[in-house]
Amino acid sequence: MSPAVRRVLRLNPIACDAHGVCADLLPEMVTLDPWGYPVIAPGPVPAELAEHARRAVASCPTLALRLDRQARG
Amino acid sequence: MTAVRSSGTPDQLPPGQLPRLVAPGAPLGLQAHRGRYGPLPSWPAGPAQLIASVERAGLTGRGGAAFPTARKMRAVAGTAARTGRGRRRGGAVLIANGAESEPASGKDAMLLRQSPHLVLDGIALAAGAVGAADAYVCVDGTDPGLAGRLLAAVAEREQAGLPGPAIRVVVVPAGYVTSEESALVNFLNGGPALPLYVPPRPFERGVGGQATLVSNVETLAHIALIARYGPGWFAAVGTPAAPGSALVTVGGAVGRPGVYEIGLGLPASDLIELAGGPSAPLQAILAGGYLGGWVPLPAAAAVPVSPPGLRSAGASFGAGVLIALPAACCGLAETARVLRYLAGQSARQCGPCTFGLPAIADALAHLAWRGRDGGAADWLRSLLPLVDKRGACHLPDGAVALVGSALRVFAADLERHLRQGPCPDASRPAVLPVPGPPGARR
Repeated sequence: MSPAVRRVLRLNPIACDAHGVCADLLPEMVTLDPWGYPVIAPGPVPAELAEHARRAVASCPTLALRLDRQARG
Repeated sequence: MTAVRSSGTPDQLPPGQLPRLVAPGAPLGLQAHRGRYGPLPSWPAGPAQLIASVERAGLTGRGGAAFPTARKMRAVAGTAARTGRGRRRGGAVLIANGAESEPASGKDAMLLRQSPHLVLDGIALAAGAVGAADAYVCVDGTDPGLAGRLLAAVAEREQAGLPGPAIRVVVVPAGYVTSEESALVNFLNGGPALPLYVPPRPFERGVGGQATLVSNVETLAHIALIARYGPGWFAAVGTPAAPGSALVTVGGAVGRPGVYEIGLGLPASDLIELAGGPSAPLQAILAGGYLGGWVPLPAAAAVPVSPPGLRSAGASFGAGVLIALPAACCGLAETARVLRYLAGQSARQCGPCTFGLPAIADALAHLAWRGRDGGAADWLRSLLPLVDKRGACHLPDGAVALVGSALRVFAADLERHLRQGPCPDASRPAVLPVPGPPGARR
């Protein structure tokens, strides 16, 4: 993966079960709503958080969180 | 319908005349249908030409999203052609969506009852254009005889040797989200009739893994007319931004509630007159159904009834539902009942919808029937952005939009409820129909 590629976090809300691991590992971009479900900051993942974002994605127990190439248009 | 009787020749209905989609009187069998509209046209120049014609007409989907129909058709046709290569399965599937889950809407059921062959023409033409060999007509179970009559119409066409895809008629389970396009795909693939997480969208991978065109039955009926009479004829009514006609269901405090076909852009007050005029002094219109929005009267009486017109008024066209709310009626209580219903319709697949909609319904009910609690109003306002666009389907977004419009349009009522407690009108019977639980009226 080239460092120039901008990535965005995408959540599958059906798969998400509110474990909250993402908010623990990436508090800079993920907060939890009153019911424990993640609210993700919009926009691309800043380069300095890329490693943390990857770890949050890898740790999601329901595979609900993904890093995607930023959608064009 | 309007009282205008068709005097069109079998070759072409007069361009400016309404209704187009539904003839007054009894449902049209195949012979009467051909007499009114002429034979099913063939497209010798190929499928791309029909899609180009639909594009020039400016047809948008009549199921609620108002997405440009030609773009959707082209996407399906493109995916179908691409997936034909290599080991991936080619071809496409068409779903004609007539499963009208909006409780206040009746236009799809009316169209399928009165003009089944116009919809079936549209299915044959659209299936040919996108390369679909299989088609499904999805209906809800509201009219138990409908599926049987549609099958009889399909058989009538086969006997007459009309071309078209293999058509199956499917009754989908009741529920607000069961007619959402990914829910139909899910159901036809053997799963529950519940929305899926997209992408992949149905046009990329739908029924049986094939590219799938999901179109509202009215949209398909318009395609049947555009194929016969051309884009110029289609756009002879409507506005440049919203060409053509559309079926609308008018309810609430009007003299003749029912389904009407209008040129898009008709002022809301004219539509109310068409439906017999107000049967009581009015204070607002709910436009777009239960995922739509309130527009105030008389302030918004001139708002054009069209997707762009109602969008700019803070509401939506949706599937063409307009409900006139009498002045002697509490808009907050009406909205609170609808929110309770919508919360119950959640598929309970996504957390923010599962938990957020009941919380919004509770807060709104508290304001409508208890009042005197500024904290509840603040709590309600804080909940809306926590639910908006956080589900797999549009149920949470639409519910939030409805509540947002209620807080704007009924702001003075909210102030009064907060100061003095609920208004006497809050305890009147419901104007907006809300199905079940037992005891509630449909």
